[in-house]
Amino acid sequence: MRSVGDIMVVGIKDAAKLIGISIISCCAVVVCTMFLNFYFDILQIEDNLLSEQEMIFYNAQISTSKVVCIVSGGCLLITSVVMLLFYIKHYIDTHKRELGILKALGYSNIKIAKNFWVFGISVFIGAAVGFLGAFLLMPSFYELQNEDKILPEITIHFHADILLYFVVLPTIIFAVLSVFYACLNLRRPVIRLLKNDLQEKPKVKNKMSGKNTYRSFIGDLKRQTLSSRKTLVFFIVFASFCFSAMTQMSASMKDLSSAMMGFMILTIGIVLAFTTLFIAIITVIKGNVKTIAMMRVFGYSQKECCKSILGGYRPLSYIGFALGTVYQYVLLRIMVDIVFKDIDGIPVYKFDFPVMIISLILFIVIYETIMYIYSKKINKISVKEIMSE
Amino acid sequence: MIEVSEITKSYGNGESKCQILKGISAKIYDGDFVVILGASGSGKSTFLNVISGLEKPDSGSVKYDEMDITKLSDSDLTRFRRETVGFIFQQYYLLPNMTVEKNVRMGVDLAGNSDYREIIKAVGLESKMKKYPGELSGGEQQRVSVARALAKNPKVLFLDEPTGALDEQTGRQVLDYICKLQAEYRFTIVMVTHNQNIADMASTVIKMNSGKITSINKNEMQKTAYEIGW
Repeated sequence: MRSVGDIMVVGIKDAAKLIGISIISCCAVVVCTMFLNFYFDILQIEDNLLSEQEMIFYNAQISTSKVVCIVSGGCLLITSVVMLLFYIKHYIDTHKRELGILKALGYSNIKIAKNFWVFGISVFIGAAVGFLGAFLLMPSFYELQNEDKILPEITIHFHADILLYFVVLPTIIFAVLSVFYACLNLRRPVIRLLKNDLQEKPKVKNKMSGKNTYRSFIGDLKRQTLSSRKTLVFFIVFASFCFSAMTQMSASMKDLSSAMMGFMILTIGIVLAFTTLFIAIITVIKGNVKTIAMMRVFGYSQKECCKSILGGYRPLSYIGFALGTVYQYVLLRIMVDIVFKDIDGIPVYKFDFPVMIISLILFIVIYETIMYIYSKKINKISVKEIMSE
Repeated sequence: MIEVSEITKSYGNGESKCQILKGISAKIYDGDFVVILGASGSGKSTFLNVISGLEKPDSGSVKYDEMDITKLSDSDLTRFRRETVGFIFQQYYLLPNMTVEKNVRMGVDLAGNSDYREIIKAVGLESKMKKYPGELSGGEQQRVSVARALAKNPKVLFLDEPTGALDEQTGRQVLDYICKLQAEYRFTIVMVTHNQNIADMASTVIKMNSGKITSINKNEMQKTAYEIGW
């Protein structure tokens, strides 16, 4: 935070921390711009189609563009919104004192919240880069979509509507959403914001707390870490979902579409998976620094600290992987059996078990390596961390 | 016995380097109640951190019955803290989303202590086992941290300004609980405070100033928490 004029504002530097949203927006806009631009351009050649074969292929391309735009764009839009809301809440939670002082001085919630519009910049940067990137990739993409020259030549046109839908509107909507959500989150008593150590009663009580069952402290902490930050659970599941779906889909794309399409899907999948996973893990660790430090003061080992803080996410990540596997299979099944069913030369699509196994092994290796690296970081958390207040 | 020899400790580098401990030596006997007294900035908290194994000194040794903890590896130091020492801090540092019972189990699980409910009872929180820290007063929260520290059966209990955030009545109550539990469990107490009156409760008083020990006095007439001034 920094002071400008008469009120402290959220700085550009703070907005820069929303790199995750920029990356997701970028991926979403690249995919959606390419397909929607292609959709608009292909509509213009409808009157030139002569044969039935051309008409079938044309309809299949129209359907593909719609499905990809809605499914990919929708998924990534939801993820961006969740991530934005998560960041704003996290920002307010970590800057409670400063915001509390402003409220105590008499600034209204809306006056403070107005400064959160800068979070919309992260969407603008991602969307603008994605939009430009899409136009760079578009010549090759158009070439691929009409590789067998079934349709007449499709010329790339610039559609201002797409710029409005995917760059201008998302920036404005996310900026407004940031202000609105910040305003909602600032509706807490000033004393709750000012006193960091004023511990609030948890909203959800542990269902087992009334029963006489004995569970280990580590087991309880693991459960509590998961239940207190449900958004992070979503991110971890989403990261493994992306990795699983995109790696397997990219392998199938080599046969169903082209190597370039496969490479594009693989790149987007890996970028999304890693961005989300890193954001989630870093937030989990940062949010539990004091708990980890206290555990280390008491003599809990590095392994025990990791188990209690990060261990709970492991089964969820495998659930995400399984969901991703099912998703990519169902999506490709729909594309092959419904969208392209009348097109000649479409290869038979079957579930690729060896690719799934390779993807799973890669996932296990990468996930466990990242966890190992972060467990080493946990070990470096000084036991003096708890005394830093 | 804890034997501290020629401990030095500095923070910062170059011109900003500041020596906090300047060659400190002392002996703390088993079952002793030691109070480390000194003004703010005298180095008493750093001294506590070093002798409890939370920080390593730049030079010197800290021996627990011939075992020099300054030479221990990180994992051995973790095992040492697990088996030997307990901590109570001014700010409690309880886990806000866990009940009193679960906070105490943080210490219990390390020692496999099955009678931890007795300790919760001993600090007078039996009826609040299912409450969350946010639902307790400052004094009650500090009593939870006392129970949590003692639930792991430490040989030495380190306390850093345990009554610093409490009012007089609550402060006396917490100190009284600690003394009663020491009489029952026979652990050693090392307490850092700037409150000179609390020194009257101790069997040994170490006074510090500017990173050095200025005096070590034995106290023949230990007072209770309700007999000292405040």
